[in-house]
Amino acid sequence: MTPAIAEVDELWAAVGDPTRRRVLDVLLDRGEATATVVAGELPVTRQAVAKHLAVLDRAGLVEGRRRGREVRYAVRPEQLDAAARSMAEVAAAWDTRLHAIKRIAEAAAAAQRQQDRTRKETR
Amino acid sequence: MVPQRIERDILIDAPVEIVWAVVTEPEHISGWFSDTVDLDLRPGGAAALSWDDYGTVHGRVERVEPPHFFSFRWVVHRDPGAPVRDGNATLVEFSLSPEGDATRLTVVESGFRDLSGSEDENRGHADSHRRGWDHELGELQEYAEKRMRAGR
Repeated sequence: MTPAIAEVDELWAAVGDPTRRRVLDVLLDRGEATATVVAGELPVTRQAVAKHLAVLDRAGLVEGRRRGREVRYAVRPEQLDAAARSMAEVAAAWDTRLHAIKRIAEAAAAAQRQQDRTRKETR
Repeated sequence: MVPQRIERDILIDAPVEIVWAVVTEPEHISGWFSDTVDLDLRPGGAAALSWDDYGTVHGRVERVEPPHFFSFRWVVHRDPGAPVRDGNATLVEFSLSPEGDATRLTVVESGFRDLSGSEDENRGHADSHRRGWDHELGELQEYAEKRMRAGR
């Protein structure tokens, strides 16, 4: 359960930045693009885009392919999908825990009711 | 910005006091959370959640208002054993409210907002100070799902 949350942390770091989400948007719209092309569509410098691409690359969300002198980046859709799923896992983990709490508490409440009844009867 | 949070709730057919005990007492916590737990149940108290096959995750108790509210922070980083610091822990809040003879238990997990003081901290990650933590998890999930559909 906890490792799922740790996964999310890293993906969150990568996708949590609004500019990086816009970088992903540009890449998804274009299929693939160089840092220069991405920078042309956003109000940030090429150097800033390159940094964001490096963060996304480390998180496994994009991959770069060298074509001659330029590097073209594309989104790894399976990783983006995994990101969405691991975030859903955090919510699912809490659902599992809440159901376990319910089970334990209701068993304890039932035992207490039984005890109260027994006490009344023996009085 | 929309507050970042995951919220879940459940209706439990038990009085608030019993649910409170299950949520806060170590012998019960090991039944629904970590395999073992060491908990100092007071504000600022240390919490250590241990999984046999994972290791120990550290936390810190924030608020304790029996039998209605309990909150703690816990470390979300990959490194089990790391102490709670600014910016490495999410906040978990349990609220208990009576509904007739039953109890509504709500849990909210949120995080990464209380990063004050961490800006100058060098944690060895490029861009760590500009991470934009102030983002809702649900919104992010929605974004990823939307982009997945668009990308297909």
